[in-house]
Amino acid sequence: MQNTDIRKRIKAIRRWNGIFRIVGLLSTFVGLVLLFALMADLFTDGFPRLSYKFFASFPSRFPEEAGILSAWVGSCLVLLVTACAAIPLGVAAGVYLEEYARKNWLTDLIEINIANLAGVPSIVYGLLALGLFVYFFRFGESVLTGGLTLALLILPMVIMATREAIRAIPNSIREASYAVGATKWQTVKWHIIPYSTGGILTGIIIGLSRAIGETAPIITVGALTFIAFLPEPPISSDFPFISFKWLLDPFTVMPIQMFNWVSRPQKGFQLNAAAAGIVLMGMTLLMNGIAIYIRYKFRKKIKW
Amino acid sequence: MKKNIFSKRYLKETFIEGGLLMAALFSVFITISIVIILAYESYGFFKAVPLKDFLTGTQWTPLFAEPRFGILPLVAGTLLTTLIALIVALPLGMLVAVYLSEYAPHKLREIIKPVLELLAAVPTVVYGYFALSFLTPILQKFLPDLSGFNALSPGIIMGIMIIPYVSSVSEDAMIAVPMHIREGSYAMGATKLQTAFKVVIPSAFSGIAAAFIIGISRAIGETMVVSIAAGGMPNLTINPLEAVQTLTAYIVQVSLGDVPHGTVEYKTIFAAGMTLFLMTLGFNLLGFWLRKRIREVY
Repeated sequence: MQNTDIRKRIKAIRRWNGIFRIVGLLSTFVGLVLLFALMADLFTDGFPRLSYKFFASFPSRFPEEAGILSAWVGSCLVLLVTACAAIPLGVAAGVYLEEYARKNWLTDLIEINIANLAGVPSIVYGLLALGLFVYFFRFGESVLTGGLTLALLILPMVIMATREAIRAIPNSIREASYAVGATKWQTVKWHIIPYSTGGILTGIIIGLSRAIGETAPIITVGALTFIAFLPEPPISSDFPFISFKWLLDPFTVMPIQMFNWVSRPQKGFQLNAAAAGIVLMGMTLLMNGIAIYIRYKFRKKIKW
Repeated sequence: MKKNIFSKRYLKETFIEGGLLMAALFSVFITISIVIILAYESYGFFKAVPLKDFLTGTQWTPLFAEPRFGILPLVAGTLLTTLIALIVALPLGMLVAVYLSEYAPHKLREIIKPVLELLAAVPTVVYGYFALSFLTPILQKFLPDLSGFNALSPGIIMGIMIIPYVSSVSEDAMIAVPMHIREGSYAMGATKLQTAFKVVIPSAFSGIAAAFIIGISRAIGETMVVSIAAGGMPNLTINPLEAVQTLTAYIVQVSLGDVPHGTVEYKTIFAAGMTLFLMTLGFNLLGFWLRKRIREVY
């Protein structure tokens, strides 16, 4: 082969390399452009509808009078139940798998199982909740059912985040703790959990941000789409001042309210849907932002 | 020193370990209850409808006066939207992964990764709205035959949605390929492109396959985008321009209506759910096995 031929080939190969660099960069931006288009679309349609009245009104037959009061209150209450159920269970399971579990078939089974649960479609959790919480435990179509359903859904995420955070702690920390006579639980309580808090919190917040946007399983358990009242307030004026009646009240949540408006043909409701979408996106992005901030903050603070 | 098994300290430790184990086992109970509930309600369904009709019937009209229970139209709808999503997500996700792992400067990668993950964080109902009110009208300008509800638009949106699942797992697998393997390739005079496609991708193959499988499993189980933008008609077709209904969208449709507990119509959603669960279970286990394999290679 001639010297010039080789040079030509090298040039061609280099050129492809350069082309790919640009193609790669462009495809990375496809998703970002779409995200941007999505937000722009929501804002142009829905922004004029956002007002104090929109947040403070119940749904209505008339699009101009309809609001998201029952939806955002419902979302907050459901999320509260979800957090109370998923956080202790998920963190405990994560700690067990990282710090206590021996290498045996039981551990393998639990691990395969969690990996599978993370991939089960959310609507299947809805069917599970329909059979288990609604009809077996007879919680009805209530805030409690909704919250527990979402808790099951995000449990694998919380477990995996906990495990990853714990795995990042070097063994020397554990050994130092054992060397001064600490038991396993003391090591976990005073060292492992405090040092992994950042990672665990990040995982929990991201999990909860998924939960707030989940629609399908909540539809399956039968959340209503038209709720013109609020659940019982959790704080009452009579003794014992705290009431749990709201747990068994019917509810609706933000994504369901939005879905309900999307599926109506009238233009007015479509605009309401976009406005509800802005609020929902705002909640999700805010939570993700907090999670990223916490991760960044803790990564800076802790250096091994 | 002998352990005193009655000491307070030992008892407390055992008690705590037991509690933590229960928490870990809880996830197994979830799976068991999913299987039991799906199986129990589907059993009731299959007593009323022969399995053969269910698997081979080409009409799905459970809410009609003369109900037919052939699951094929719903499975076809699911596979069609999934396929469209994969045509979008796999090449794009791969390109993103190769770019981020082999080309992008460290700083850019640190910024892009979390932003890309936001794509997976957007509530799916918002994506549904976007597919219906933004993408479908745009596509209709190019494809006049496209009906208002169709499989194409939600399929594309689902594809964009699962890019981060595909790209981040593939990228993790590519980054795990040791540097010296790349250096060997560079030393022979190969460019980054040649190294990426002839050395890194083959080495990270099982991780990339796992990423694809996660993407497939997501697309099969996606619910709201197709419920909103694909229409609600069970339709045995491979034409992406027509309206279709997926397994998931059917479950939503029935749940929104007023179907009494215990009827055959009520049980159909569990039969559809069972089909869905089995489809994703197969992919999930395959993906888990593949990911486990990459961890063992190096």
